[in-house]
Amino acid sequence: MHLVIIGNGITGITTARIVRKRSDMRITIISSESKYFFSRTALMYVYMGHMKWQNIKPYEDWFWEKNNIKLIYAHVTSIETDAKSLRLDDNSIIKFDKLVIATGSQTNKFGWPGQELIGVQGLYSKQDLELLEKNAKDIKSAVIVGGGLIGIELGEMLHARGIHVTFLVREKLYWNNILPDEEAAMVSRHILEHNMNLKLKVELKKILPDENGRVRAVVTDGNEEIHCQFVGLTPGVHPNIDLVKNTNIETGRGVLVNEYLETNIPDVYSAGDCAEIISSDGGKNKIEQLWYTGKMQGEILARNILGEKIKYDRGVWYNSAKFLDIEYQTYGFVPRSPREGEENFYWEHLGGKICLRLVYSSSDRAILGVNVFGIRLRHKMFEAWIKEKKSIEFVLENLRVANFEPEFYRKHEQEILDKFNRENPGKNLTLKKKNLIEIF
Amino acid sequence: MNYINSSSQVIQIEPFKIYNQNNSLELIKKICLAVTGIGFLFLLISLTGISNQLPILFFFLSFGLIAAGSVFYFVVLTKEAPTGIKNNKIFIDSLSSRKTAAWILGVVLTGFYVVLYWFPELMQNWINLVNPLSYYLRGKPADHWFLYGAFYTTAVLVMAVRMIVKYRHNRYQIIRSISVSIFQLGLSFIIPGILVKLNKPEFYFNYFWPLKFQYLFPSEIKYLTSKGEALGYFMVFWGIAMFVIATPILTYFFGKRWYCSWVCGCGGLAETAGDPFRQNSDKSLKAWKLERWSIHSVLVFVVVTTGLLWINSATGGKVLGTISQTFAGWYGFIIGALFSGIIGVGFYPIFGSRVWCRFGCPMAAALGMLQKKLSRFRITVNGNQCISCGNCSTYCEMGIDVKWYAQRGQNIIRSSCVGCGICSAVCPRGVLKLENLPAAGRYNKVD
Repeated sequence: MHLVIIGNGITGITTARIVRKRSDMRITIISSESKYFFSRTALMYVYMGHMKWQNIKPYEDWFWEKNNIKLIYAHVTSIETDAKSLRLDDNSIIKFDKLVIATGSQTNKFGWPGQELIGVQGLYSKQDLELLEKNAKDIKSAVIVGGGLIGIELGEMLHARGIHVTFLVREKLYWNNILPDEEAAMVSRHILEHNMNLKLKVELKKILPDENGRVRAVVTDGNEEIHCQFVGLTPGVHPNIDLVKNTNIETGRGVLVNEYLETNIPDVYSAGDCAEIISSDGGKNKIEQLWYTGKMQGEILARNILGEKIKYDRGVWYNSAKFLDIEYQTYGFVPRSPREGEENFYWEHLGGKICLRLVYSSSDRAILGVNVFGIRLRHKMFEAWIKEKKSIEFVLENLRVANFEPEFYRKHEQEILDKFNRENPGKNLTLKKKNLIEIF
Repeated sequence: MNYINSSSQVIQIEPFKIYNQNNSLELIKKICLAVTGIGFLFLLISLTGISNQLPILFFFLSFGLIAAGSVFYFVVLTKEAPTGIKNNKIFIDSLSSRKTAAWILGVVLTGFYVVLYWFPELMQNWINLVNPLSYYLRGKPADHWFLYGAFYTTAVLVMAVRMIVKYRHNRYQIIRSISVSIFQLGLSFIIPGILVKLNKPEFYFNYFWPLKFQYLFPSEIKYLTSKGEALGYFMVFWGIAMFVIATPILTYFFGKRWYCSWVCGCGGLAETAGDPFRQNSDKSLKAWKLERWSIHSVLVFVVVTTGLLWINSATGGKVLGTISQTFAGWYGFIIGALFSGIIGVGFYPIFGSRVWCRFGCPMAAALGMLQKKLSRFRITVNGNQCISCGNCSTYCEMGIDVKWYAQRGQNIIRSSCVGCGICSAVCPRGVLKLENLPAAGRYNKVD
């Protein structure tokens, strides 16, 4: 049995690792991005000088040979599903018994005039990082289009190299299409604090070239011209399915798979950023483009390849990010504005860099989700509380148990509870005391 | 000021402060660096002996200006950017990324140790520089070890300020840095000095056997108790009790960090002056294998040496003659001088700040065994939140591949972990937490 995986990102690698743990199937991973697996989320740290390339490889180079996982550093040019074979860019042919397509994403480009100029790019791959080193060398100012998670990373990267950054954000606040106003305002404030420029409710109209075909300025929808030598395009990503388009593997926006991550072709699977999971209950198809979902899908896929039949279910949602110096965690679901039948409790620290939002059901007061900035909360604790439908009151009274902050950090639980009591007359919640067993 | 109008409300976004690397800050930083540089210049000039006429003045012009210039420099940094992890350019700058500047500093430091151990007379004029301080503190002239202590303590205190500034958002790091500073200044510098002044044995209350292996040698015990004074007996008792009673208890509750990154002087230097170099530790599996062999060998060496000396002492030297004494001498040379000094500190810029603690320290070996088997300490991983970025491993001074555990959701329990807490500090997703919880279940094996 020969398992071939196209793509050595977190999804492909997780699939290979779990398959290897449980079977001695022959495994080959093909990638044209990098020879060895690296952490995509850590690309920014290489540019900022926090780490070297070798530091962002999650496994040492000997790991793959020792675990009998063959790595091929080449580009797949075509897939023959009938012959069960792949062709590589050196024209060699690879036969497979089972195939995993885990080709990840590509940067969105919306056909802006000038988007192909020198000095205009997205940030997704190792090649993008190498291009950035070239494009942003010795420049003074940059414009970043798109107010999301990659945008803030790219902004931080350029800022760390002393380049002045201007963000063009479509929404009225940073990442406000996802974050509720208060949190989005906090992030926006923090960006300004760092002396970056934030242009809100502004869209890109076109990018202007200089005489060498390099970007010299952008023009906004308000016809403002902003001079810059670099434009970062970070308005999100879409599945990278170029390779699959001309095969008989069905695609939509991504590679179409069922909840077992199987495509329409037997023995061909897809998972991670590039997969579009068809909803079995008639809901919207899911494309999940996070590190965490890529990892979870890889785990499920590995077990399905080994003959189990497990539906992919991401369980209680979670995600995390860091906006410059402010860490963000979210568990459960927090919509950007409360929906019918839901209520919100929001607390913000006076310093304006720490906040907590709890969303709960109006009827049974069960906790539905949490947004937290600047405080670390225990993942497993909140997951359990959400699953067990614990009430908002229970969560607040036990908030101390979920605290994951380093030792000696100032605690905010009492202040949070006081605010809730003030806002809910008649409630007199008190913090649960520390267990003796936790002290000794 | 930026007002955002939406249909429902007006949200004001205005930061409390805007941080900016402006020209006046740059100027102040340069002035601070210049003051530090002038301090080093005076230190160098003092080697000629010109300072011998006015040692106090030159002490302040060298030690004083170096300390003042650098402390002000660190404080100015707080005006430059908001609090948070700022490891920018660490792998780009020459000094911190093992390039030319790092090698130059490594050679200078190593050279300093060679002179200190074997040619102290070359430093006589520096020794004269700290003479007034020595008279004031100890009531007798300075020697090269007192000079070394003065350098060492200055380095810890000044660089502790840097540490506190760098991690000023992190109370664990602030308190820890204050702790190592107090122990270094108090127990390793002032109190031993006062003891000398009072004509008592020069005793370091923050070092015990097996790190300060002499404290359990028969000759040392004989010396401490020779005057029949209570203090001498107390010192012997202290040395034994700290190792036999306090060490297991404290390690059980807090892990070896209570000593290695809160009390110990070697740790104190590594956690302050060594912090800029922590990323240079080797994280490979090979290094870990070497570490286990080497550190446990040193522990065995100390135990055997101590044992031999006691057998020798009990038998009146009949059994072993002078062999055990020679053995102890060699230990002092190889482990004390070569390992802890030259490789341990001299090579900071090349191998990172904890080479001695990781590969050589017998105390760390003993504490590590306790930490592994009999302790409540662990670094907890927060669910499935790890993104395998590698910051934790990169900034682990002990060379532990932290992310290897974190990315599989497994608690980190390693005998070498000194609990400095930097992995938790640099983690961009808040995945790691140093904790002392009930010992049961701290090994959460995952498949």
